[in-house]
Amino acid sequence: MTIDPITLAVLAGRMEQIADEMDATLFRSAFNPIIAEAHDASHGLYHAETGETLVQGKSGLPIFVGVMAFAVKAVIDKAAADGDLAEGDIYIFNDAHIGGTHLSDMRLVRPYFHQGRVFCHLASVGHWHDMGGAVPGNYNPQATEVFQEAFVLPPVKLMRGGVLQQDVVDIILRNTRLPASAQGDLNGQLNALDLGVKRLDALLAEYGAETVRAALEALSDRAERLIRAEVAALPDGRWQAEDFLDNDGISDAPLPVRVALQIKGDRLSLDFTGTAPATAGPVNISRGTAEAAVYVAIKHIFPGLPANAGVMRPLAITIPERSLLSAEFPAPTGGYTETILRMIDVIFAGFAQAAPDRVVANAYGTINALSLAGHRGDGRRWVMFSFYGGGHGGSAEGDGLNHGNAPISTATIPPVEILEAAYPVRFTQWALRPDSAGAGMHRGGLGAVYEIELLEESAQAFLFGERGCFAPKGAAGGGKAALNRFGFQNGGDWHAPPLVSKMVGIGLKRGERVRLETPGGGGYGLPENRAPALVARDVVMGYLTAEAADRDYGIAWREGQQ
Amino acid sequence: MTRQTMIGVDVGGTFTDVFALDEATGQARVAKVPTTRPDQSGGFLNGIGAQVADLSTVASVVHGTTAGTNALLERKGARIGIITTAGFRDVLEMRRRDRPRTWGLRGDFDPVVPRDLRLEVPERVLADGTLHTPVDLDAVRAAGRTLLDQGCAAVAVLFVNAYANPENERAALATLRAIWPNAHVSCSSDILPEIREFERFSTAALNAYLQPEVSGYLARLEAALRERGFGGEFLIVQSNGGVMAVDTACRLPVRTALSGPAAGVIAAAYIAETAGFPDIITGDMGGTSFDVSLIAGGQPALAAQTSIDFGMVVRTPMIEITTIGAGGGSIAWVDKGGLLMIGPESAGSDPGPVAYGRGNTRPTVTDANIVLGRIDPDRPIGGGRLDVAAARVAIDRHVGQPLGLSTEEAAEAIIRVANARMAGAIRLVSIERGHDPARFAFMPFGGGGALHAGAMLAEVGLARAIVPRYPGVTSAMGCVIADMRQDFVQTVNEMTDSADTGGLGALIQDHVDQGMRMLEAAGVTFAGRAVEVALDMAYLGQTHTVAVPLPVTVQEGRVTPPERAQIATAFDAAYTATYGRLLPGGVTRILNLRTAVIGQRPKFDLASLAPQGEGTTTPRATRRVHLGAWVEAAIYDRLSLPVGAAIPGPAVLEQPDTTILIEPGLIGRVDAYGNLILTRAEAA
Repeated sequence: MTIDPITLAVLAGRMEQIADEMDATLFRSAFNPIIAEAHDASHGLYHAETGETLVQGKSGLPIFVGVMAFAVKAVIDKAAADGDLAEGDIYIFNDAHIGGTHLSDMRLVRPYFHQGRVFCHLASVGHWHDMGGAVPGNYNPQATEVFQEAFVLPPVKLMRGGVLQQDVVDIILRNTRLPASAQGDLNGQLNALDLGVKRLDALLAEYGAETVRAALEALSDRAERLIRAEVAALPDGRWQAEDFLDNDGISDAPLPVRVALQIKGDRLSLDFTGTAPATAGPVNISRGTAEAAVYVAIKHIFPGLPANAGVMRPLAITIPERSLLSAEFPAPTGGYTETILRMIDVIFAGFAQAAPDRVVANAYGTINALSLAGHRGDGRRWVMFSFYGGGHGGSAEGDGLNHGNAPISTATIPPVEILEAAYPVRFTQWALRPDSAGAGMHRGGLGAVYEIELLEESAQAFLFGERGCFAPKGAAGGGKAALNRFGFQNGGDWHAPPLVSKMVGIGLKRGERVRLETPGGGGYGLPENRAPALVARDVVMGYLTAEAADRDYGIAWREGQQ
Repeated sequence: MTRQTMIGVDVGGTFTDVFALDEATGQARVAKVPTTRPDQSGGFLNGIGAQVADLSTVASVVHGTTAGTNALLERKGARIGIITTAGFRDVLEMRRRDRPRTWGLRGDFDPVVPRDLRLEVPERVLADGTLHTPVDLDAVRAAGRTLLDQGCAAVAVLFVNAYANPENERAALATLRAIWPNAHVSCSSDILPEIREFERFSTAALNAYLQPEVSGYLARLEAALRERGFGGEFLIVQSNGGVMAVDTACRLPVRTALSGPAAGVIAAAYIAETAGFPDIITGDMGGTSFDVSLIAGGQPALAAQTSIDFGMVVRTPMIEITTIGAGGGSIAWVDKGGLLMIGPESAGSDPGPVAYGRGNTRPTVTDANIVLGRIDPDRPIGGGRLDVAAARVAIDRHVGQPLGLSTEEAAEAIIRVANARMAGAIRLVSIERGHDPARFAFMPFGGGGALHAGAMLAEVGLARAIVPRYPGVTSAMGCVIADMRQDFVQTVNEMTDSADTGGLGALIQDHVDQGMRMLEAAGVTFAGRAVEVALDMAYLGQTHTVAVPLPVTVQEGRVTPPERAQIATAFDAAYTATYGRLLPGGVTRILNLRTAVIGQRPKFDLASLAPQGEGTTTPRATRRVHLGAWVEAAIYDRLSLPVGAAIPGPAVLEQPDTTILIEPGLIGRVDAYGNLILTRAEAA
């Protein structure tokens, strides 16, 4: 069945609205701030047989756009193998090796039935606060197997024919440090799926299943045409780029991430051959996650592309076997964010050679998962877990954004006052970090400084970060940003972790502090092309010290001062 | 001379609308004059002058203003400084670590206070209100002098955790008042004693940014009114849909951020409720956007905060207005994947649609309406003549040819996609919030909405549409109708099962006392007074709260403190209504107390606006209108239709400020107040 262009335009909006509304439902009703405040969650509609993404909410986490297709496919395979799929079933799992990302992301997949057949799948994914494992919050930089990261749940039925399997819920709640939070998030995800079913019922009743199915197919075709047109407008050629992860949290050795980018007509190939082998420590990612990271990078470079699987059709992606980007069970994947950020950085660096006006310089490039945890005087456990921000890269249009969120995410940071009201800490600094941005005609955005003091007797700190040894790169001649830096107090002295930005079990006593200084973004264009008056303004504002200005831009700015 | 005239003035981007009501006779008059720029006071005074010769007969002038909104959007506020807690000067610039757009990673942000005017002083309060470090007042004084030397016209004191204990902020404020040459000195806990430093600092900083500009503008207006013999009250519409005294507006100008549109929604609520429809969805179709609000049970939905622009957050209760980029000037185009898109690019009102002949060559929604004969090219709103041929060419080139459609088919397609987007906005505020659209009526106001009213019935399943008699001056009318309203908030942060209800009662009492004092000071006569109390509550561990309305008894100004059980019951009811599932055994927390003190102003009789006499139900003409195919539609002069007239579609009703389309299968009836009620013919 073909569909007229007007009905198609109308249905495109209606279906996107369903996914958006599922996002909004979970954001409002979730218990843990990583979903409620940071929006580390996503919802969408997926293909009945292939699991491909059909429609994704606008406000969900960008990385999930690509990765959820793998999660849904895992459920499709499981249901086919078991042969007992029924209407009203909902599957739940967090296994990262078959569903992508890491064990903190709990996925719910609900086959949507229409007239006795699966019409499509609805899915909900959200980052839960704690799933057991060695480290509260599950960012364990010393894990060598998934079992040290968190409790692993393969796809199982949470609902059978509309009946909640309390056994499954009981198992999950017994394996988390924060059962109330987990129960609340689970409720929220179930609410979101209920709502999706209700809306989809109404849509099919109004337009008929055939029309909606035809619209979904037409939208994927359209996405494919759009990306082909975008790629065809770029010059043909082959470009290479490389960057490094600091280490895997176990051994102090840099890990290369390499890409060869080739454009030929309307086809684009990305070959990651030359990337480091799978590691002992938790910076591995699964193949599904790697493909999703490519999608995120491509969508940043061509922001007008829709969020469905059609975008991936003209892409040829080569990921070497047994590499950092195709790890297999039970290799640890807790730090997946760092590796996909580096993949995005190298893809940007490749495109910066092919079409410098289309890309931004590298953003700060690390999630900096920092948790502080301990027990209060009355014995209650507390876990303060958050990701911290940094600068975005400069672009052809202008300077980068100060203190932005990571390219894989739209997460916001909780306010200091909310954190201080909930946990026994006091922030002593929450500020922009001078001299953290890469120099350039358009400089990068600034990173930040966060300094936190403990108000309880004792606690432990855990950090999972990157960019401590290899700084975010500039583009089109722009300079590098500052390195990530972390320190903690012990007996009055400041110390740095041996592996720079990764450490577990840092003991803190009352009044002691940790201090995190994050990278800015890379600069864009040659620094000598920056207007001296803008350099002078940056010095007056304290974004840049006079010494750094002299070093990066020469002394011309000093004449512009008066 | 008795003061018997009430005047509402709404200053919009193009026109200043005046609504004058003679309270003695019930007679209302309306006027539209051009808005003057940059100083809006010229148009304001001209508009009033066109209605009333002698200002000594005027009892009140109520103003809905965009002065604050424009100053924020155009970044034309004052040079100001802030004084903040050591370690936190960058809160305004760091925001909540968001970005302007999800995809693309472009765009940066300049806060309204540059970094060199954000000064730190030693001080610290902890989250539980403990004074960790008393404020260093010498440092405050020095910082104040520095900001004065730097030419700052206003200063705001923004301290971390000041919501929990305002002592340090208050001390700093007193110190600054002693050296600051004007009244523009404020602190965050006075403006918004609510947890979340970025939202509070942003609101307080934007308030300070507006103070010199807005208070100067309002003072000029008031002086000019007094000079012309005006002896009544001068009131300003707030974003929450209530009015406030002019001195409150000068102190809290950030509360005017949505003043103009809020007044329109208030009028819509009153008109619809009077007509017997307390549940409506309003739709204001402008040149670049379509603004939607929901009114349930006569009460407009309120939002807790809004972003005026990226990073410019204002947190004060305001009428919830959902905006999508689909207005009359929105451009229709076909993307590289072959999908017909409407907006977000817009030709606005200048150059405007292709048919205006002012240089735009890309087709807009209005061009499609013109090509389909729904707008009379010889009598458009605002006068002149429209170039239909140019609109046809543009639609052919940019939509018809790429999609293989005829001109008329392409124009219909543009309208259908635009309608679908508008319907999406209506669904967003109704279905997505758990409201059944069949219960609601759609009320278009502004110039363009009434052409699309019938489509909204079909697309969303709304029962009917109501087109008010004067849709173009709804906001000015709302100024005259709005109640006086003061909103208060205080972060409490206590567990429900151990809450200090006596303390809570004392806080409510304090809000009521302050609110009542403000009502007294305004010198306005009220038909009644009301107090509304709500608590922001959540389960322990949740960060998003639910607004829990709390019935509170106030007798002769004395508040009866609420009981814990009453609070718990109210929470369960509100949570169930919002999310469906309660958490068994969940511990709940009270985050904020919100109190609204309302002075109800006397309402005028809308029947005075109804058409008088027999009028005429004879069509003025007929015209070819494309509704799937070309049909001959009857054209009526809307204002001549008498009460009780029933006009079946296809028909077009014209009046100076709007055009109403009645599609086949629909019927429009004039009710006792002069509203046109549009329903499906079989339902009538």
